[in-house]
Amino acid sequence: MNRDVRLVDTTLRDGSHAMAHRFTEANVRDTVRALDRAGVSLIEVTHGDGLGGSTFNYGFSLVDERELIAAAVDEAERATIAVLLLPGLGTVTDLKAAAGLGAGAVRIATHCTEADVSVQHFTEARALGLETVGFLMLAHMVTPEELAKQARIMADAGCQCVYVVDSAGALILEEAADRVAALVAELGDAAQVGYHGHQNLSFGVANSVLAYRAGARQIDGSLVALGAGAGNSPTEVLAAVFDRLGVATGVDKDVLMDAAENVVKPYITRLPVLDRSSIVQGYAGVYSSFLLHAERAAERYGVPAHEILYRVGERRYVGGQEDMIIDIALQLAAERDG
Amino acid sequence: MPCPTVIRMSERAAAAIVGPGNIGTDLLAKLLRSERVEVRYMVGVDPASDGLARAAELGIETSAGGVDWLLARDEPPELVFEATSAKAHLASAPRYAEAGIQAVDLTPAAVGPFTCPAVNLPDQLDAPNLNLITCGGQATIPIVHAVSRVTPVPYAEIVASVSSRSAGPGTRANIDEFTETTARGLEEVGGAAKGKAIIIINPMEPPMIMRDTVFCAIDPDADRDAVAESVHRMVEHVRTYVPGYTLKAEPQFDDPRPDWNGHARVAVFLEVAGNGDYLPAYAGNLDIMTAAAARVGELLAERITGRREVRA
Repeated sequence: MNRDVRLVDTTLRDGSHAMAHRFTEANVRDTVRALDRAGVSLIEVTHGDGLGGSTFNYGFSLVDERELIAAAVDEAERATIAVLLLPGLGTVTDLKAAAGLGAGAVRIATHCTEADVSVQHFTEARALGLETVGFLMLAHMVTPEELAKQARIMADAGCQCVYVVDSAGALILEEAADRVAALVAELGDAAQVGYHGHQNLSFGVANSVLAYRAGARQIDGSLVALGAGAGNSPTEVLAAVFDRLGVATGVDKDVLMDAAENVVKPYITRLPVLDRSSIVQGYAGVYSSFLLHAERAAERYGVPAHEILYRVGERRYVGGQEDMIIDIALQLAAERDG
Repeated sequence: MPCPTVIRMSERAAAAIVGPGNIGTDLLAKLLRSERVEVRYMVGVDPASDGLARAAELGIETSAGGVDWLLARDEPPELVFEATSAKAHLASAPRYAEAGIQAVDLTPAAVGPFTCPAVNLPDQLDAPNLNLITCGGQATIPIVHAVSRVTPVPYAEIVASVSSRSAGPGTRANIDEFTETTARGLEEVGGAAKGKAIIIINPMEPPMIMRDTVFCAIDPDADRDAVAESVHRMVEHVRTYVPGYTLKAEPQFDDPRPDWNGHARVAVFLEVAGNGDYLPAYAGNLDIMTAAAARVGELLAERITGRREVRA
């Protein structure tokens, strides 16, 4: 295909966080149809925390993700449907079920220092014939060199594209580009490099452009920025910006803008916004999906959400430790009452 | 047999630790304090093993000759603690059974029934092989049981957070084994109709102490005071063999929410600090396995020596 960079859409996965995992089958069908028509070649559909993520800790899905994956596969005429898997939460059994439903790609995500827990899942994914992508989450927490070493572990395990994942929306300009460049230098022809940005400090799109210039060949976005924290880099903006820069994406920006306006915006329950809590997430380096959980704990225990999030940053909790938000809220309430 | 030996033998059961790694070495430190278990042998397969050298310094008979060497002893052990890998234990378990040696299995092999000392141990003392499930299971199953003995638990979910430094290569190579085995333990031993387990590996420095959170779905009308009392009582019980096992906050009860299928929820926040015998204190996840193994060993040894006295 005549394209310089591949835009990957995660509205129906990262957006699940912003929707408190309440996507309906109709939401999924309508969104996939529109993305497919726009020429997006990889569409991620899973609970926000990946396969098996429907839990007390992360929030239960309104509709079983397997039904949503099957619906997405049914609607996609050209695009491949991808699923997310976090080792330690989702399992090979979940992956086989998703592949059986017609998912053609898996994105396997670990904390940026723990890539070796994904070897089992990459091995199985390749055996299943799936396209493989690796996510090194909270990539701001380590140096570019350390990140590149972890990328190598994923590539050696069978990963075809390793992402620098700015889960906290904490990376600013060259901090993103330097990480991408380090991965490109380390991986060479062994695997592509991707970039996944969040808007918490408003750098999602700018970082994506620099990531492309540093050699990234897959870039994530979400329609209307629907995603955790202040949202993701909006896919429709990425398409327009790359078009202006003369970088071919193979995606029709106008069809995407129409999808954002007329398909996604009508069903979303809250517009992603740069508010105090999400800015604190970017500043303090907090996993973006903690936002709604912090808001809920804030309401339950009468302590400010942004104070919870600041403390999460101090404690250096990683993705998946949503339970510690309640723990911190209890401590803040005890300190207030003490 | 000379008289003094008989007296010594009848007081303590002869044991072997197979696998001289971090777990085996920490277990040895715990068992050296035991009045019931005498660790006579420590075996591995690597002559250069630090663990074997340390055990030899402590006066334990050691060998890198593996299970073959162990089973060829004139006085084979009555009790063996397996701290190797699931694969190694699957190969050795039938040989221990054939030799009449009771096995305490710290690997995920699950040859024998799941054993959690605070929940179901008395029922299993005659099993030839007892499996200790997983570290997350040892930390959380007692709490699920504490809830389910008061009110039905249709669903239990646990989140275990461990320090990156305490997650060994075996765990990392097969993390699904942890989540699936722990989930099964929540059901079979904890008493939940359905179980779900999540493990998070956190690399922060200084290393975080193991944390475990237990969520149980309960009936909206369940007796919350009784549930809380049962949880407190269970924590005290576990603390008798894992002193660093603590409740970080009172059990938290949440009213039903639409997305919880009409259920209410109790959440229990735990910390598991290790005893610092050989493993560092943050590695509560490893310590709770060796502590559970030592506890099981004590009770098995009591049974073994008791049988001997009856025969005498």
